[in-house]
Amino acid sequence: MALPALVLGVAALAWAAHAALFSPYATVVGVPVDQPVPFSHQHHVGELGIDCRYCHGGVETSGFAGFPATETCMTCHSQIWRDAPMLEPVRQSWATGKPLRWKRVNDLPDYVYFDHSIHVQKGVACVSCHGRVDQMPLTAKAHDLHMRWCLDCHRTPDHRTQPSDQVFVMSDPPPAKQAPTAHGTRMEDCSLCHR
Amino acid sequence: MRQVARILRVVFFMASLMVFPCCRRDLADQQHHEPMEASSVFPDGSASRTPPEHTLARGQLHEDVLFYQGKMGGDHAAVFPAPVTRAQLERGRERYDIFCSVCHGSAGVGDGIVVQRGFPPPPSLHLDRLRDAPPGYFFEVITQGRGLMYPYGSRVEAADRWAIIAYIRALQLSRHATLADLNAEQRKKLEDSAHE
Ligand code: HEC
Ligand code: HEC
Ligand code: HEC
Ligand code: HEC
Ligand code: HEC
Ligand code: HEC
Repeated sequence: MALPALVLGVAALAWAAHAALFSPYATVVGVPVDQPVPFSHQHHVGELGIDCRYCHGGVETSGFAGFPATETCMTCHSQIWRDAPMLEPVRQSWATGKPLRWKRVNDLPDYVYFDHSIHVQKGVACVSCHGRVDQMPLTAKAHDLHMRWCLDCHRTPDHRTQPSDQVFVMSDPPPAKQAPTAHGTRMEDCSLCHR
Repeated sequence: MRQVARILRVVFFMASLMVFPCCRRDLADQQHHEPMEASSVFPDGSASRTPPEHTLARGQLHEDVLFYQGKMGGDHAAVFPAPVTRAQLERGRERYDIFCSVCHGSAGVGDGIVVQRGFPPPPSLHLDRLRDAPPGYFFEVITQGRGLMYPYGSRVEAADRWAIIAYIRALQLSRHATLADLNAEQRKKLEDSAHE
């Protein structure tokens, strides 16, 4: 009598574990993360038109896109909105030399290897992976970053790359296709991403 | 007895299921630092270290005073470290548009978007004073900043600073070019287009 109930319980638990691991809630797609300063890409990118590389300087040359140093914010905010309470943490950080602690929005598990520079150089646009950042008042994740998501593109990468001048442009569906890129045949090898 | 053992097995299986998500987190956040990750090891709370004072990393000695400081014999260099190429000009335009145009404007007259939002306007790069200034002077301004302008030395690599300067020179020339600067072929092209 107790057994069927138990089996049911186990099934329910397994389902819950699966749901917790794979639902968008576990990885919070579309839900902004609370940051020390309410930084807005919509404002800085969408309205002011500042290039991604002004703040994410590593994205073309290294695996890590990087976060802007406090000096970068101060370049403008030493003059603009210099008394705004919202920017107090920035001024504090500048005065004390303690970096701002941005919370991670996209964060792969440590057992996955990822590199921005190769994607950027091969013409995968920021928008393909991060969505319309220029419309985000607060930054949120655009995709779940599960293995399946990476592989979906790695199976047909040619259809997802663009000319190099389009990589930093924020516009809806990735526009024009480019001629097929010369990519290796290792695109789905486990060791590509699990090193 | 058999019944109890079976129930225990199932309970054990359930328990292991509950442990599963926790183990995943352990592997997902391992005990090493990612770039710029927070750290409790260092007083400033950041895993990315800045080099101790008075030390240099390999390859950072930067002995080439002209290339890394824009100086020649103690003065602002009057020349570029190497002849300007077309590729360098294009790189310069790209870097200028990323890092400078927000204030100086895409044509260099000092009307960038941030100025439109209230940043004190920088001088036009087309002033005679700046047209006459040597490349080494621009190098110093970009590297160390000047007045209200913050330094870009840590954000724009030396080679890119030279590329930007070459592009500024091109911007300056673009406003002051005369017919005499064109070769015969270019002049013909211009005249043809004027007749169309
Ligand atoms: C004025 C500086 C600035 C510019 C320009 C800028 N960003 Fe950011 N970006 C930030 C800051 C600060 C953060 C950290 C706070 C946050 O997550 O919103 C950030 C965070 C991000 C994140 C989330 C990082 C994470 O934790 O996973 C992504 C993705 C991102 N930016 C993409 C872009 C793209 C794409 C562009 C160009 C279209 C761009 N940014 C332009 C400053 C900037
Ligand atoms: C290139 C110049 C520039 C840089 C760099 C810059 N900002 Fe701004 N920021 C502005 C301008 C201009 C405004 C005000 C826009 C307006 O008046 O509409 C602004 C507004 C803001 C605001 C308040 C308005 C809002 O709702 O977004 C915050 C908060 C802010 N910035 C944070 C930051 C942080 C944090 C950084 C560094 C990561 C940064 N900014 C870097 C130019 C800049
Ligand atoms: C192929 C997909 C992809 C593309 C293209 C891409 N990103 Fe990312 N980005 C990611 C992933 C995945 C992470 C999380 C990396 C991690 O946790 O190690 C990330 C993280 C970031 C971060 C946080 C810091 C970091 O490097 O971990 C920033 C900032 C960022 N991206 C900006 C950009 C910008 C700007 C562009 C366009 C030039 C871009 N990304 C293009 C997938 C991508
Ligand atoms: C929108 C398409 C796209 C997505 C999404 C994508 N990639 Fe890629 N990835 C590429 C392309 C294109 C290349 C370059 C292939 C080549 O060598 O030509 C690449 C190459 C790589 C490489 C090889 C780098 C090297 O050093 O050889 C790694 C690792 C990688 N991707 C990891 C990931 C991971 C992890 C994810 C998911 C978080 C991901 N990628 C998501 C398109 C994508
Ligand atoms: C294009 C990159 C990429 C390739 C290739 C890849 N993986 Fe993954 N893998 C990932 C990412 C990203 C995750 C993290 C997923 C998450 O956080 O939900 C992951 C997670 C995993 C996990 C942990 C369980 C899970 O899904 O969270 C296992 C096991 C795994 N991969 C096995 C493999 C094997 C086996 C192969 C080869 C057949 C492989 N991977 C190839 C990117 C890749
Ligand atoms: C945040 C706005 C801002 C940005 C971005 C900026 N500048 Fe400036 N720049 C200024 C201001 C303001 C001045 C006037 C400084 C003063 O005299 O107080 C100035 C002055 C200058 C001068 C003239 C110095 C003189 O003798 O009068 C040059 C040359 C210059 N900047 C070059 C650059 C270059 C090259 C870049 C890009 C790498 C750049 N600036 C980025 C605001 C900016």
